[in-house]
Amino acid sequence: MAETLLKIENLTKEYEGQKILDGIHLEVKKGDVLVVVGPSGCGKSTLLRCINALEPIQGGTIKLQGMDIRKGSKNITTLRQKIGMVFQSYELFPHLTVIDNITLAPVKVQKRDKAEVRKEAMELLARVGLADKAKSYPRQLSGGQKQRVAIVRALCMHPEILLFDEVTAALDPEMVREVLDVMLDLAKQGKTMLIVTHEMQFAKAVADKVIFIDQGKIVEEAAPEEFFEHPKTERAKQFLNVFTFEQVEHHVE
Amino acid sequence: MNWEFIEKYLPMYEKAALLTVKIGIVGILFAILVGLICAAVQYYKVPVLRWIVAVYVELSRNTPLLVQLFFIYYGFPKIGIRMSAELCGVVGLAFLGGSYMAESFRSGLESVEPIQSESAISLGMNSRQVLGYVILPQAMSTSIPAFVANIIFLLKETSVFSAISLMDLMFTAKDLIGLYYKTTESLFLLVVFYLLILLPVSIIGSLVERRMRYAGFGD
Amino acid sequence: MPDLGIDVLFKGTNMLRLLQGLWVAMKISIVSILISMPLGILVGALMTVKNKVVKAIFRVYLEFIRIMPQLVLLFIVYFGSTRALGWNLSGEVASVIVFVLWGTAEMGDLVRGALISIPKHQYESSEALGLSKIQTYLYIIIPQTVRRLIPLSINLITRMIKTTSLVLMIGVVEMLKVAQQIIEANRMSSPNAAFGVFLVVFVLYFFACWPFSVLARVLEKKWN
Repeated sequence: MAETLLKIENLTKEYEGQKILDGIHLEVKKGDVLVVVGPSGCGKSTLLRCINALEPIQGGTIKLQGMDIRKGSKNITTLRQKIGMVFQSYELFPHLTVIDNITLAPVKVQKRDKAEVRKEAMELLARVGLADKAKSYPRQLSGGQKQRVAIVRALCMHPEILLFDEVTAALDPEMVREVLDVMLDLAKQGKTMLIVTHEMQFAKAVADKVIFIDQGKIVEEAAPEEFFEHPKTERAKQFLNVFTFEQVEHHVE
Repeated sequence: MNWEFIEKYLPMYEKAALLTVKIGIVGILFAILVGLICAAVQYYKVPVLRWIVAVYVELSRNTPLLVQLFFIYYGFPKIGIRMSAELCGVVGLAFLGGSYMAESFRSGLESVEPIQSESAISLGMNSRQVLGYVILPQAMSTSIPAFVANIIFLLKETSVFSAISLMDLMFTAKDLIGLYYKTTESLFLLVVFYLLILLPVSIIGSLVERRMRYAGFGD
Repeated sequence: MPDLGIDVLFKGTNMLRLLQGLWVAMKISIVSILISMPLGILVGALMTVKNKVVKAIFRVYLEFIRIMPQLVLLFIVYFGSTRALGWNLSGEVASVIVFVLWGTAEMGDLVRGALISIPKHQYESSEALGLSKIQTYLYIIIPQTVRRLIPLSINLITRMIKTTSLVLMIGVVEMLKVAQQIIEANRMSSPNAAFGVFLVVFVLYFFACWPFSVLARVLEKKWN
């Protein structure tokens, strides 16, 4: 039995009197790939932001390897180093080259040896097919390239767990694949990942478990085949229906 | 154009220009300092202080430097604060320029999206690291155009110093016109010297601006 | 409470004179802005034309006017043109000429900026809807340009009012000059008048400019 990395108990998040997350229980074991799906505004992105302590929470606990994650707590910067996060809008630092984007935090925050970090960064860049872009600035890259760099930047911190927040949502369709391939590769390597996505085919392929959130609550939790083929709840069925089209009959007047 | 006259009075202009530049530079440096402090107060929304800064910015931006100088130079001694004309010039420039600098720094800081800080935070940076490595470098290059414009604006504003009897370029020109009626020559020298001071700033400014833009901005 | 000399302003017509001085300054800026506006729009529109010569001429004019301190421009027009052209300009007229030259340059630059900031696909989508060129300008481009321009032009008014303080230096009797006269006349009876009177001048200038600044800010927020 793999060790439990992340344990969320009874998490409640409120914003201006409204419950965004309501009694969330979640356990992520080492090597797990969890995919979180749900309609827009259901709270799935907020869940990731809470796990990275970017949002204050109003109830419950989030524990990483038994340590409490909470915005404003003293050891939070150390804990955050164990959590890699990739944003929908990439958020590379525009004033730094690709390689500096990747090495900044390992060198300045983790105080690791610069040459060693650089070497690792170059290897990771090569692995995602961007070795030749090390000296480029973010604005010279396409969206898909930026997102692959953002993933490498997160990886280079040696995180225990990676959070992906709709990382392909802002991409042109032909670039979605290159980013998803990188993530599939990471899953194969046994990385622990928590992925929020709208790419259902990808979810089916990559997930060990799918979590369906609606209106701030976990409504269904199941293996991908089961969730996509035989959703148990009415809400999940409705949600999945959005992604299929029915044949339209053409009327000729 | 009487070139002999020009040659004769050239050193006088040089001296005057030096005074303009000297007070200009010192005044602008203090303006930057005041601007940085005010921008920080406003960015971090420091209680009480931010209201004081807001009032100062409004007062400073909505009154002419000449009036500020008259108040400092002629008014302040009446309540026991006496300063030399040079010091008045510096204080006036810092008072006026501080608010302009503050606005340019503040808009630079605010131009950095909060999610940029979040992405730095999620890499485990503490707030000092986020500020130093992520926010400031970006804010600085965003505020450079306004910053350069402010420097030129403040250097131009130094032209009113003659009103508190500082022997600057305007003072010299007016003096020579009054004494010798060599209006064309005096004005010619005046324009040339102001161009000598202002053009390089303007050119360097636009070069820096272009460089900064090249270094990774404006997706 | 030490004597700050504000009481001087309540003697005789002193306060009234001070306000009349402010009115002189306001008049110069209002007249100048009214002339600069249409001229600036014309110059700004001309600067977007493709003709290189026209562009270059306006560029030099604009850069020179904007890089020179306004006081230098006042000197050139007041002292220089009198000498070179042999006419006699009053300080007021010289001020209006300088403010119009300067206002036109600034306004022209604002108009040019506003015009080129309208994205090209605004023209295209309007054309795609079948609007004629004139209709495109009338219904699409000009309304958007005006919205960008109005707050900026109001800011220009503030800058003009502030700059009118300089006309004192070419002998126009405006508020600062009146203030000096009042202080001088009451030197014996009220030796501290310089503080009180200049404080009032400071405050009056503030209240002449501040409403415009606030208005510009409000409009900018509303329209952007």
